[in-house]
Amino acid sequence: MTISIDPQKTNNESLQPKGWLRYFSFSLDHKVIGIQYLVCGFLFYLIGGTLASAIRIELASPMSDFMPRDVYNQVLTLHGTIMIFLWIVPVVNGAFGNYLIPFYVGARDMAFPRLNAVAFWLIPPSGLMLVASYFVEGAAQSGWTAYPPLSITTPQSGQIIWILSVLLLGGSSIFGGINFIATIIKLRRPGLKLMQLPMYCWAMLGTSILVVLSTPVLAGTLILLSFDIIANTGFFNPVLGGNVVVYQHLFWFYSHPAVYIMVLPAFGLVSEILPVHARKPLFGYTTMVFSIMGIVVLGLVVWAHHMFTSGTPPWMRLFFTIATAFIAVPTGIKFFNWVATLWGGKISINSAMLFSCGFIINFVFGGITGVALAQVPFDIHVHDTYFVVAHFHYIVYGGTVFIIFSSIYHWFPKVTGKMLNEKLGILHFIITFIGFNLCFAPQHWLGLNGMPRRVAEYDPQFQLVNQISSLGALLMAISTIPFLINVLLSVRKGKDSGDNPWNALTPEWLTSSPPPVENWEGEAPLVEEPYGYGKKFPEQT
Amino acid sequence: MTTLDSSKEIKKNNSEVNEKHEDFRMFGLITFLIADGMTFAGFFAAYLTYKAVNPLPDGAIYELELPIPTLNTILLLVSSATFHKAGKALLKDKNSDSQKWLFFTAFLGIIFLICQLFEYFHLPFGLTDNLFASTFYALTGFHGLHVTLGTLMILIIAWQSRINGGRVTSQNMFPLEAVELYWHFVDGIWVILFIILYLL
Repeated sequence: MTISIDPQKTNNESLQPKGWLRYFSFSLDHKVIGIQYLVCGFLFYLIGGTLASAIRIELASPMSDFMPRDVYNQVLTLHGTIMIFLWIVPVVNGAFGNYLIPFYVGARDMAFPRLNAVAFWLIPPSGLMLVASYFVEGAAQSGWTAYPPLSITTPQSGQIIWILSVLLLGGSSIFGGINFIATIIKLRRPGLKLMQLPMYCWAMLGTSILVVLSTPVLAGTLILLSFDIIANTGFFNPVLGGNVVVYQHLFWFYSHPAVYIMVLPAFGLVSEILPVHARKPLFGYTTMVFSIMGIVVLGLVVWAHHMFTSGTPPWMRLFFTIATAFIAVPTGIKFFNWVATLWGGKISINSAMLFSCGFIINFVFGGITGVALAQVPFDIHVHDTYFVVAHFHYIVYGGTVFIIFSSIYHWFPKVTGKMLNEKLGILHFIITFIGFNLCFAPQHWLGLNGMPRRVAEYDPQFQLVNQISSLGALLMAISTIPFLINVLLSVRKGKDSGDNPWNALTPEWLTSSPPPVENWEGEAPLVEEPYGYGKKFPEQT
Repeated sequence: MTTLDSSKEIKKNNSEVNEKHEDFRMFGLITFLIADGMTFAGFFAAYLTYKAVNPLPDGAIYELELPIPTLNTILLLVSSATFHKAGKALLKDKNSDSQKWLFFTAFLGIIFLICQLFEYFHLPFGLTDNLFASTFYALTGFHGLHVTLGTLMILIIAWQSRINGGRVTSQNMFPLEAVELYWHFVDGIWVILFIILYLL
């Protein structure tokens, strides 16, 4: 046996409930924890999506007639916080990371299984706390950024619960990051070299480095903010001699890397999915690795491009513009590599592939507007307008959420041993893709024409375009229905997939589907070429 | 009998496997300490920025005196050395020596905290008086929290390194090494804090 088993852990394993119940237990199995992350995240996605629908209903008319203005602010705060901290970050890191990384490094579990379970079980209570903060008198209404002095001067009880909840979620994220770094670096199967790892490992390594370096700064900042609210100190309160720009610097020192925490794992996942469905090796493995690490390094030094209108001095503007523009280089390398992977491949048009291609299209668009936003003159023009909203959602929804769905279609047979229905999957993709672009593409125009974000009322001249956008949001809401039907039906009555329905070469497919508790019946296989398509074929049994 | 034997065999096998098992708990702890250090880095960055751009308003009092923090620095540095002694003693199976050194380290930690509180009560400014006062209390308080946790952990491993029935032995050094690393980390942070808050 190459990978040892912690005897205490195995004893616990035999005591744990089997079947459905294990998903409600303090399970130490990385596969169970991964699914816990995914399902929990998806439930919060439904809540966050409902809030988004409420926002778009409100914005279908220029007056605030669907909800009062302060309720609108509360709803958008909760929408942003839930989607980022409870859906994107836990799912794209926690869910897929926990499920796949031990397979990819040839291990039987994560490096610290207990810490792993603790990291997950921090999420449901803090998520419920966050949702509950909406119902106390004076819910948080300062946006997911919680900029002071807004967050200090608006009603405070909700804001404090919001801060506590985000602190707990940050803790969960840090524990996860530590675990991933230890697993990828220390728990690799003997003989497996770093440069043979599937790309998602590299993406998770880079992401975890960002998590470990930047999340604590957010935690510290929020602690200071809570002092301002509870103890009447003046760190960020100009009235008491404080400095709001310091908050912005500290906040964006986390929250810009947070964009990469949300999107780098998606880069990794798409690099796993494309070669399988295009039957070609991943193009430019080495450049992919270096571009991920380049994004990690650059991602830590670009934060002030969110603050070009906060009185930043000229040298800072210059530096952060250049650094931000530089990020386009490694990102561009990755895009050309993905396109080159598809080029000349034997492409299967299935739901996983479609969502991945949708990702490439949307993300290129979001990337281009991102480079545009890095230019100071342009940024000052569109700062805090719907252009930023559109850019952000192209990255996070058009990018990451598309990849989350793509990954669900790709790995559903692995987890359940059943296939998802392709027709429903393609329907899901078409409605999502049209709905998404209908919802967010017009917002670029709105922003360029000066419609500010985060307000319930707007100039009536924008009504038509807003209604088009709301129609897109309606389609996005509808798109969830075929997906849910598909998943719920396929779990019970789906076609049996066999162990390796895609004939994939990455290690997680070289065991049974669903996998046994300790991942492999015997020794973990040594996969030296996870993308060796066209060179050799997996042995069919 | 056979079942008993086989279960013994499994245990033996597992422990054999466990010995081969590379211990990466220390690696995890170091990663955590880097994260923890980043929290302090954020606080320090905030303080230095305030110092650079936010002048002290007229009439506000923010004066620190050096004797107590200098004594505190010495206390923590000595405690790092005594902790190291405890580790060395345990490695040589001198559990009671190790225990003495650990209690002495914890004692130094407690003295540090008492000195810190003494300083708090004799400073001419309070938490909400001005920006620098707030930052001072937040930084030293956050560090003090770390010292408090460290002292508690030292007391726990001191109790666990007792001769009869203690879990921390020369075969199981990890708890002691982990707390030692944490303690050195807290000391290092204090030295940086001392330089930035008191000397700059």
